[in-house]
Amino acid sequence: MADEKVGRSRNKVLTKGVMRYGRAQMSRRRAVHKRKKTTTPRVEKKPVEFVEKQVNGEKNGGKRLVPVKRKPRFYPTEDRPKRLPNRKGPRKDRAAKLRTSITPGTVLILLAGHNKGKRVVFLKQLVSGLLLVTGPYRYNRVPLRRVDQTYVIATSTKIDITKVEIPEHLTDKFFKKVKLNKRNVKKKSDEIFGAQKESYVVNDERKEAQQKVDGQILTIIESIPSLKQYLRCRFSLDSKQYPHLMKF
Amino acid sequence: MVFERYVEVGRVALVSCGPYKGKVCAIIDVIDQNRALVEGPSTKQGEEGVPRQAIRFKLLQLLPYKIKIAHTTRSKALKSAWDKESISTKWTTSIVCQKLDARKRRQLLTDFDRFKLMKTKQRRQRLIRLCMGPKPKDKANK
Repeated sequence: MADEKVGRSRNKVLTKGVMRYGRAQMSRRRAVHKRKKTTTPRVEKKPVEFVEKQVNGEKNGGKRLVPVKRKPRFYPTEDRPKRLPNRKGPRKDRAAKLRTSITPGTVLILLAGHNKGKRVVFLKQLVSGLLLVTGPYRYNRVPLRRVDQTYVIATSTKIDITKVEIPEHLTDKFFKKVKLNKRNVKKKSDEIFGAQKESYVVNDERKEAQQKVDGQILTIIESIPSLKQYLRCRFSLDSKQYPHLMKF
Repeated sequence: MVFERYVEVGRVALVSCGPYKGKVCAIIDVIDQNRALVEGPSTKQGEEGVPRQAIRFKLLQLLPYKIKIAHTTRSKALKSAWDKESISTKWTTSIVCQKLDARKRRQLLTDFDRFKLMKTKQRRQRLIRLCMGPKPKDKANK
């Protein structure tokens, strides 16, 4: 019986945003005056401004008081307005909210890029907010790849990948684009610097990861009739097909 | 052309617009030039019928069924007259109802379903072509 009353509010909602008892009345009802304040006194820690540092050299006095925080060497002439802090944290730490229709194992339709129209399997959302997808490569030549969820249609077709183990090293850093020297070297004089046209080559790490992930998913896909052919086929719109009236 | 379906007490009609779209009801009374009082018992299990209400004639599509009721009959008597003529069975087996159902089913197809449908149609067409044999040469174009 006592447990039911603990945590219950002594106030009532009259209507949206309006409570029965105001602040003063609530204090009285909660018997705040009868409660003892148990607070530990705050110990103020003074910030260390100077630090003693050893200095080399005979005639340098041996040690010196050095300020911990150095004064800025440049003060701007105008005060720029400071951006208000976002309680959620910096942008890079906030992953884009994943659409509820996109869950691990959902078949997605890619809408942009070289692979537009292809149907791929969603694996997981990375820290940056991008989606990690795979074709699988054998079916539609889409490798393990990052994709933005705004350029994707989520279908209602889902496969069960709860038992699929996605390697831990597949992070944003793994998929980050490597800058290549793509400029065509024509003049002989450039050969002195050793500049050569580089083309993208898939490294073995990627191939290994691809085989590891796809090997697990292929068996699951083949157990569902027609799904293999579905993933091999590209999505397209016919006339009289309107995406806003279609159910995916 | 002679009109065969008249607005009269007991005429069964299909509601074409609004929250009761696709449902079937009987005209119980005529209110004025534009509106009728209608009510329809449910035709399918689990689906609600059309509750007694005023509906504009423009939203009704008259059907070739009629039940014998007096004007402003109560719901119970309406239901017994409806079942006597077996309007529910007549409606659900009619081509119009089946076409409407097919349209609804097609609308609810997912992308995967549409793919499977396309492949099935292709397979069917290939079988038909096989049965029909090769096309005979057109003598006129020779």
